[in-house]
Amino acid sequence: MDEKLKVELGKQGIFTTTLQELYNWGRRNSLWPLNFGLACCAIEMIATTMARYDLARFGAEVFRPSPRQADLMIVAGTITKKMAPQVVRLYNQMAEPKYVISMGACAISGGPFKQGYNVLKGIDRYIPVDVHIPGCPPRPEALIDAFITLQKQIDEQQLTGVGRPRHLDPDAPSEFIVPQFGPHDLEPPQNPDVWRPPLVNISLAGKNESGND
Amino acid sequence: MTNSPYLPVVVLLLAAIAFTVSPLVLAWLWAKKFSPHKPGPSKNAIYECGLESAGDAWVQFKPGYYLYAIVFLVFDVEAVFLLPFAVAFTGLTAAESIAMLVFLLLLVEGLVWAYQKKVLVWT
Repeated sequence: MDEKLKVELGKQGIFTTTLQELYNWGRRNSLWPLNFGLACCAIEMIATTMARYDLARFGAEVFRPSPRQADLMIVAGTITKKMAPQVVRLYNQMAEPKYVISMGACAISGGPFKQGYNVLKGIDRYIPVDVHIPGCPPRPEALIDAFITLQKQIDEQQLTGVGRPRHLDPDAPSEFIVPQFGPHDLEPPQNPDVWRPPLVNISLAGKNESGND
Repeated sequence: MTNSPYLPVVVLLLAAIAFTVSPLVLAWLWAKKFSPHKPGPSKNAIYECGLESAGDAWVQFKPGYYLYAIVFLVFDVEAVFLLPFAVAFTGLTAAESIAMLVFLLLLVEGLVWAYQKKVLVWT
């Protein structure tokens, strides 16, 4: 429908919508996060849900203790290599549609513990992340901003066609490889369908060879 | 029929059924049309806390505690009934005293049984 006509009809008191808009509106305003904190970022996440910052204003106050009932995973904190398989499995167990907010420096890249032998250098190596929030830890306002960003992303998603989100595509995977806690590192060290190491040597670009971490 | 006093109830019942069933039907239709079914080994797992379930849930537990419960019952019930028995002892007839002694005998039998089962041995 033409956008101008829609606005004009709205002025006359006639509300028009499409199935896609209705669907996105419903999903956007009922994001139920998983009740799941890993480290100190979780304290900020808790603060966000409390009365002072009040995440409930955005329809996301219902923190579910079970992945079966949640559709948003806030990876709040440092992911140790021992914990990473559980995080990925929890993500796999969530019902579609599901979204991930990677909260804080640790969840993005390992943060201040990046050099640690037992710290995963970013959860986006295993699961697709929708929104990253920098900060150590990010303030509740940053988490709310990530929420609004995610809601905007959901609002722009197509119901059909090539650009539709993963959960509407029958060929796209719903579960991702759960890494095993091996003797030296997680196996595999990353999911190549989700993340590839960035190129560190520009001369290697185009040779289909990636740098090592 | 139109004058039946239960007609509003039937109407309300039908409305209630439609109200509850229609979202389920709509969700089912929506899943058929747009949202493909995507089961998986993790998603279908029984345990939902991120950890893999280990072993079988149908394991045997040793129900040793019931013996303690039985012995406790022997002494507890005995104490509860012995006190009123002792208070009213002088006013009781012979039949009542014999009934009480039979009751005591039953409890003592239980104690003997427990003793034979070596429940009283502290290991």
